[in-house]
Amino acid sequence: MGKRDRLSGNEAIALAMKGMNLDVVAAFPITPSTEIPQYFSQYVANGETDTLFIPVESEHSAMSACIGAQAAGARASTATSSCGLALMYEMLHVGASLRLPMTMACVTRALTGPINIHNDHGDAMGARDTGWIQLYAENAQEAYDNYIMAVKIAEDKQVLTPVMACQDGFITSHAVENIELLSDEEIGKFVGLYEPAEYLLNEEEKVAMGPYDAPAYLMEHKRQQAEGMMQALPVIEKVAAEFAALSGRHYGLIEEYQTEDAERILVVLGSTAGTAKQVIKNLRAKGEKVGLVKIRSYRPFPAAAVAKAIKKAKAVAVMDKAEGMSGIGGPLFGDICVAMNGLGGPRLIDYMYGLGGRDVRPEHIEAVYRDLAAAMAGKADEEQLIKKAGPYYRYLALREE
Amino acid sequence: MKQKGIEINDRVSWQNITLAGAVYGGGTAKQFATGDWRSMRPVMVWEKCKQCLLCAPVCPDSSIPVEAGKRLDFDYDHCKGCGVCVQVCPFEAILFKKEEK
Ligand code: SF4
Ligand code: SF4
Repeated sequence: MGKRDRLSGNEAIALAMKGMNLDVVAAFPITPSTEIPQYFSQYVANGETDTLFIPVESEHSAMSACIGAQAAGARASTATSSCGLALMYEMLHVGASLRLPMTMACVTRALTGPINIHNDHGDAMGARDTGWIQLYAENAQEAYDNYIMAVKIAEDKQVLTPVMACQDGFITSHAVENIELLSDEEIGKFVGLYEPAEYLLNEEEKVAMGPYDAPAYLMEHKRQQAEGMMQALPVIEKVAAEFAALSGRHYGLIEEYQTEDAERILVVLGSTAGTAKQVIKNLRAKGEKVGLVKIRSYRPFPAAAVAKAIKKAKAVAVMDKAEGMSGIGGPLFGDICVAMNGLGGPRLIDYMYGLGGRDVRPEHIEAVYRDLAAAMAGKADEEQLIKKAGPYYRYLALREE
Repeated sequence: MKQKGIEINDRVSWQNITLAGAVYGGGTAKQFATGDWRSMRPVMVWEKCKQCLLCAPVCPDSSIPVEAGKRLDFDYDHCKGCGVCVQVCPFEAILFKKEEK
C-alpha cells in the first residue's frame, strides 16, 4: 500500500511527474503553479529522473515544445495557470487537433482582469473549448491521482486527446494535506512507456503531421477529433477502475454525495465540494434532504450521468466559478441545461461564486440550500429573492444595494 | 492520393480520413497538380540555353527536371510561376509570360 505523507497539491504533482516516465517537461513559472516546475527541476538536477526539463521563455513556447516533443515520439507534460494558460491558447488547439496525448497540470486561477492571482476557474473555463479533456480535483489527493490517470486516458488509442488535470490554485495547490503516495515504480508501471503508433522520428514509417487542411477536409477532422473526446467518457471510467485496483481509491465521471433521496442538490467543480460535504453532513443531521454532485470529468461532459443524478431532485444549484459573460449564467450552468434538455426535471439556479479568490464558507453554501428550499416551496416564498437576484442567474456573497 | 490503402479526396468520410490529416510517406506533393495556381509562366527559349544548370537548383518547387546533365522543359503541373529561374538565368533563356487560361 501507498506511503502516507503531508504535501501541498503542487508538491504532489511534481512527485507524480517524477514517476510518469516523462521524456520532456517544458514549463514556465506562473503563480500558483510555479512550484511544480520548481520542485521538478530539482529532481532533474539531482538526477532523480532522466526527464529532459526545458525551461522555456513563455507558456506559448512551453506548449509548443510539448507539441514538438510529443509529435517526435516523446511523452511530454507541462504545468501552468491563468495568463500562462491563456498564452498557450493557440497551441492548445494545435496540440489537441494533432491528437497528441500530452498532459498538463493546470492550477486554476482567475484570469486578469482586474488583475488578481487568486483562485477561480476563469482560466480553465477559457480553455474548455480547446479540445483538451479536463478533470477537476477536490483536493491534493485527487489532483495527484487525476494527473497520473491523465497519461493513460490521453494515450488510449480510442482517445488520443490531451488531458488537463485541474486543481484549485492556493486552496489545493498550496494547502498541505495528508496524502497517500505511490512509489515511482508503481506509477511507472501503471502508465507504462509511451508507444505511439506513428511519430516523426520513426525511421520505419515516414509521416508528416499538421498539414494545411482545406475546406474539403477540416470538418471531417473536427468530427474525428470530437469522436476522441466522446470516446474518453468510457475510457476515463476504465482507467479509474485500473487505478482503483492499484491504489484502492475509486473515481467516477462524477461523484454523488448523499443524492439518493436528495430534494436539493448542489453541482460543483473542484475544492468547494469538500466544504459542501461538511455542510451536507450538518444539514442532514437536522433531517434536511440535501446532496451534492461533484463533476470530475468536465470535458468530456458526462451529461447522462449528471442528468441521472439530479433529475429526481426538486431544486438544483449549479455553482459557477467563472463568469463566462454570456449574460445568462456561467459555463457549467450551460452544460447542465444541455444535459437536462428535454428531460423536464428540477428547477435549476446558477450561482456565480468564489470569483478572484473570494472565500467560500460553509454559511454561503447553507444560504444556497436555503434559496433552494424557497425555490421548492414555490413562487410566493421565493418572490423577494427573484425580485432581488433573478429567477436563475445569481451571485453568491456579493455586496450589493 | 492513397494513404494506408484509402483514397484521400473530397469524398472520404471522417471515419476513413487519416488521423488529424497525417500524411504518410514522402513526396506526396507530386500527386497533386498545383500548377493552376500560377499567374505567370516561364517559357524556354531553347536556342539561348547553354545548359549551365544555374536555374534547376533555385526552383523552390523542384519544377526544373534535370536528366543526364541536361535540364528538360518545366514541370508545369507544379511550377508556380514565381520567376526565380527567370531572374537567375544569365542568358535570358527563360521568358516570363502572363498565364493565359
Ligand atoms: S517560375 Fe518558379 S516555380 Fe516555375 S520553374 Fe521557375 S523557379 Fe520553378
Ligand atoms: S539558367 Fe538559363 S541557360 Fe542555364 S540551364 Fe537554365 S535556362 Fe539554360
